[in-house]
Amino acid sequence: MTTDTTPKDPFHRRVLENKAGLFAIVTTIAISIGGIVEIVPMFTAAAGPERPDWVSPYTPLEVAGRDIYIREGCYLCHSQMVRPMRAELLRYGEWSRAGEYRYDHPFLLGSRRIGPDLHRVGGKYPDAWHYEHMRDPRSTTPGSVMPSYRWLLDGRIDATDVQASVNGLRRVGVPYADTAFVDIVSSLVRQGTGIVGRLAEAGIESEPDREIVALIAYLQRLGIDGRRAIEAGLTAPTGSQ
Amino acid sequence: MNSTLNLRANASVYDDDIVRKFVAATVLWGVVGMLLGVIIALQLAWWPANLGLPWTTFGRLRPLHTNAVIFAFGGNICFAGIYYSMQRLLKTRMYSDAMSAFHFWGWQLIIVAAAVTLPLGFTQSKEYAELIWPIDVAIAVVWVVFAINFFGTLAIRKVRHLYVAIWFYMSFVITIAVLHIVNSLAVPVSLTRSYPIYAGLTDALVQWWYGHNAVGFFLTTPFLGLMYYFLPRAAERPVYSYRLSIVHFWSLVFLYIWTGPHHLLYSALPDWAQTLGMVFSIMLLAPSWGGMLNGLLTLRGAWDRVRTDPVLKFMVVAVSFYGMSTFEGPMLAIRAVNGLAHYTNWIIGHVHSGALGWNGMITFGILYWLVPRLWNRELARPGWATTHFWLATIGIVLYTLSMWVAGLTEGLMWRAVNDQGLLATPAFMDIVHRLAPYYWLRVTGGALYLTGALMMVWNLLETVRGARPQVQAIPAPAAS
Repeated sequence: MTTDTTPKDPFHRRVLENKAGLFAIVTTIAISIGGIVEIVPMFTAAAGPERPDWVSPYTPLEVAGRDIYIREGCYLCHSQMVRPMRAELLRYGEWSRAGEYRYDHPFLLGSRRIGPDLHRVGGKYPDAWHYEHMRDPRSTTPGSVMPSYRWLLDGRIDATDVQASVNGLRRVGVPYADTAFVDIVSSLVRQGTGIVGRLAEAGIESEPDREIVALIAYLQRLGIDGRRAIEAGLTAPTGSQ
Repeated sequence: MNSTLNLRANASVYDDDIVRKFVAATVLWGVVGMLLGVIIALQLAWWPANLGLPWTTFGRLRPLHTNAVIFAFGGNICFAGIYYSMQRLLKTRMYSDAMSAFHFWGWQLIIVAAAVTLPLGFTQSKEYAELIWPIDVAIAVVWVVFAINFFGTLAIRKVRHLYVAIWFYMSFVITIAVLHIVNSLAVPVSLTRSYPIYAGLTDALVQWWYGHNAVGFFLTTPFLGLMYYFLPRAAERPVYSYRLSIVHFWSLVFLYIWTGPHHLLYSALPDWAQTLGMVFSIMLLAPSWGGMLNGLLTLRGAWDRVRTDPVLKFMVVAVSFYGMSTFEGPMLAIRAVNGLAHYTNWIIGHVHSGALGWNGMITFGILYWLVPRLWNRELARPGWATTHFWLATIGIVLYTLSMWVAGLTEGLMWRAVNDQGLLATPAFMDIVHRLAPYYWLRVTGGALYLTGALMMVWNLLETVRGARPQVQAIPAPAAS
């Protein structure tokens, strides 16, 4: 640098604008305060979201279904957050409680409702409805703008991948037991067979390891823990916000 | 004299080759990103445009569109403008040519990796942070190299005082690093999958702290730096008020970072965090408009040239849209307004008045100013630039108007309750159907905007390929 600070320089130049390193430090402080004040308390019990024990982790099949939900970008058209408003209670059901997301890595609240909210979709339709809806959305919902997801009918989930997912989730804090591969497989088969059985009753042939079965398992789980807790009076009543 | 190349081959001249590269990348990825936007807009109006393939559905292409326009189109013009202006403002060549080249090629490789992985469904699902963890690591590495090059250049600068544009660039370099690293903390499960260390609403808060500040520090502060450099250059007028730019900078960077929770109003996020997000968003109106006025008032005494100079036309409309969307943003962050607008097309309209109006228009203005200077040619078709300006402006108006109407329509219909206390429109599909005409109008607006951009590509290519303007030497007087 050739030019030195001259006495004619105004105060703000002498103090800061002539000094790149100091300027960078002050900028870093200025952009850090807001984030620290907002994010750090989220990890405390007093100010952060509730961590209730009435919510349990997703089953391995539901984890596989959730991974498919993420892969296909379902959250880009469907939210998972019912707001505490009269019309939303009428349309979707109970508003979403913080504790319900306790084991959601990543969160899937969504930011757009091109289609309806899905946080209370669990148990709303039979398994066969979801199967048909994914095969051809217009067969269950005339006029729908959703693309068909036929490839989920043939795609298969891999038990090794599911075990890796469950292990990954355990590492970020979801309380899964250190489950052996055989237990993962038996859990997948047990839950998948149940769904395949219900599909068969509706005349649909599928297999427990199909991607569509995993996705149905996940969708049918959505909002269930919260709804049960609300019905049992374990969480704040409707309209407390 | 030794003419062999070393790392800073010509420390005595500016490195404009790197600027030309970033300019070319801006134009290329801009067209790709806008084309993807038109395609996914068409998919909402006409579902068969999803093509029945996994790789081309809306759910996989929308992240590609947003990443392409923000990080490829927006990123490359920021880098082009920063490399061009900071060398001139600091009267020095960049610190390291090798780092500049690594930054350029690394960034383009990341974009290509995004274009391959997102259609394959490899995603982390966080908006504008979808890219899988190995690409996140690559982004961090490239960013650190860029930062070393940036601060290295500051260290060897020949001008002591840092001009306001440099402050904004600095906040960009620092804040994006912080945001990217904190939001991307995740545990890998395989090469393509990972889970974030945060859960539920904490994850949501971290993501929207990142997400809104991607708007704040990727689409706002570096672009404001560009405005503070290129608008006075194009207008040939000094910045209206240096004092205002000081207030503008410090209040903007301090306030912006708090605003993320306005994306989670009425959610189960703790109320205190929602309120902070809302209050700081409203306060942000003041510095935003301070910056807009500083930009517009810089044109005092040059307004007659706005009539004839396409560069100034683009810049004036860009700064005006910056003002408009930074008024709309604080308004949408008010809880009651957000209750109506959240989840609707209004938000999409708001984003695009910023992206198409502010980021896009100022980029076009800078490109039309920069390309003739970088290649030392006259702009081939100035008339086409003016046509481009009008196509883009009409395109934005169609886009935002259609999304306002669509957003209000769906927002009001979702909440309408009849005399019996029941939903007036219980079937969600009845509301979806009402939006079809607006979706078509949006496709039209986007297509007009893209057409203008294609005219620019042609115009700039012709400019670059054209013959250098002939310079006639003054003949030496004959010796007597």
